Amino acid sequence: MSIEKMTTTELLSLNKFNVDEEEAHIILDKNICAKCDDKPCLYVCPALLYKLDKDGNISFDYAGCLECGTCRLVCKAKGITKWVYPRGTFGVSFRYG
Amino acid sequence: MSETEKFDAIIIGAGPAGIACAYTLAKAGKEVLVIERADNPGGKNLTGGRLYTYALEMLEEGLSEEAALERKVTHEQIMILSEGRGTTIDYFDSGFSPYEGPPQSYTVLRARFDEWLAGKAEEVGANIVCGIRVDDVIEEAGKIKGIIAGDDEIYSDIVIAADGVNSFIAQRAGLIPDIPASSVGVGVKEIIQLDTSVIEERFHLQDGEGAARMILGCTEGLHGGGFLYTNIDTISLGLVLMPEEVAAAGKPVAELFQEFKNHPAIYPLIAGGSTVEYGAHLVSEDGYHGLPKKLYREGLLLVGDAAGFVINSGYSIRGIDLAILSGIAAANGICASSDIAKAGPQYIKEMEKLNLLPTLKAASGYRDLLNIPRIYSNYPYLANDFLGNLFTVNGEVAAPMKKSLKALLKKHNISFWQLFKDGLRGYRAL
Ligand SMILES: Cc1cc2nc3c(=O)[nH]c(=O)nc-3n(C[C@H](O)[C@H](O)[C@H](O)COP(=O)(O)OP(=O)(O)OC[C@H]3O[C@@H](n4cnc5c(N)ncnc54)[C@H](O)[C@@H]3O)c2cc1C
Ligand code: SF4
Repeated sequence: MSIEKMTTTELLSLNKFNVDEEEAHIILDKNICAKCDDKPCLYVCPALLYKLDKDGNISFDYAGCLECGTCRLVCKAKGITKWVYPRGTFGVSFRYG
Repeated sequence: MSETEKFDAIIIGAGPAGIACAYTLAKAGKEVLVIERADNPGGKNLTGGRLYTYALEMLEEGLSEEAALERKVTHEQIMILSEGRGTTIDYFDSGFSPYEGPPQSYTVLRARFDEWLAGKAEEVGANIVCGIRVDDVIEEAGKIKGIIAGDDEIYSDIVIAADGVNSFIAQRAGLIPDIPASSVGVGVKEIIQLDTSVIEERFHLQDGEGAARMILGCTEGLHGGGFLYTNIDTISLGLVLMPEEVAAAGKPVAELFQEFKNHPAIYPLIAGGSTVEYGAHLVSEDGYHGLPKKLYREGLLLVGDAAGFVINSGYSIRGIDLAILSGIAAANGICASSDIAKAGPQYIKEMEKLNLLPTLKAASGYRDLLNIPRIYSNYPYLANDFLGNLFTVNGEVAAPMKKSLKALLKKHNISFWQLFKDGLRGYRAL
């Protein structure tokens, strides 16, 4: 893999994750998101986990989350109804940091 | 667990703040429990990074000699980028790496370092449990009495919130409001593996020496900057940006970072390497101005990033050393208080003794300086254009330097008055 421009999908595949399949640590209320014009989450997430689907709605998958917390802070419309750190042992494990 | 079996102290978070506190308390004979949500200490932690060794030495003399660190920093660099151009200032100081006494600072990878430091704390008797997320504190009669993790409640004389920049514990305890987005930067970083010899050649390093580089003008004019640290066989390359500005500009952080990485003055430094990890983390940007009004309440102390102890001067970021100092100060405050209710005020006194609060206060002007928007575009671009003109020889009669500078100021929308005002602001800030 060349390290010139890499996609976040390529980059995230290099990390060690233990995804909590039973409990999402971030939950959105898509109805609120639909009414939010700015959608800052699209730009601030370093993992680019917030995307627009073909109908212009936010799609989101918490697997791949780097747990930085940035999306929660910029979400003024409060479409993120739950944001907690993953349960113990779940989520990303940095081998370098 | 019943009240009688409680710990002397429970520390939430096994970062440098929490571990330094646990180490000091355990050495003083206290029963300490550290609870960490990651699988291993350091597993959730990401920094630039470099560590200033004085803090480790304060924890225990000689500790930095055996610490899990990368390269001793002998090259301090500042890089100014603009489109297709770059200027690098490289300050070499062999005195940063003296023959006697520890070098001033080392580059560091936190997963390795935190795990090593936690091991040291265990050696002196601290209990560290990983893989458990603390959900809340126990409050009784207005005092913090312990912690809640899932169905477990654990009691202690005092709780130390060492849970980092996004401290939910400090929020739950009512010591800080939710952190405003404007007070933090988001850092993104790749770890790029390269042969040791290649790193040493590219950065002109002798065996074991390292470079620390801060980079300006690489954020498309947005408030922020880049960093590069040489590790033993990897390079830490990252970018820090203000989330609200990024959102307003409508360009993803991830994309800005990839563009920075591919700048023609950056890419050759990492070419041929392979990225082995991609991470992100928040960093406090407000320094002294952002400190919570109260750093404790009865039964709870805030240390490290949870208390906002970070100094960003533009040419360096310091948080790990301050985290260690605050952990030591908290432990000393606890040990010096026969009445645990006095531990909070005593903690503040101990921080004064270790120069922690005075250091933060002395650096309080940097925020003003870094809030001048022209630092991120007009000035770096101007500097490179000016040098570009200086070094241009093309057979034409060169315009006098004064004239060329005047034209450049105009091109970059900087008036003499503006330059004077910013200069004054900078002078006052420093
Ligand atoms: C991009 C970037 C570059 C930086 N560069 C530098 C640098 O070069 N030099 C420098 O000195 N500083 C730097 N800093 C700052 C430095 O990394 C921090 O100040 C430092 O890590 C703070 O240490 P801490 O122990 O307070 O917090 P952290 O290191 O964040 O540790 C907090 C710990 O608490 C744990 N935790 C959190 N919540 C819970 C919970 N509910 N239950 C259990 N555990 C929990 C976390 O998993 C973590 O282990 C940088 C920061 C960033 C983001
Ligand atoms: S916490 Fe960070 S990485 Fe995770 S979804 Fe939010 S912005 Fe993206």
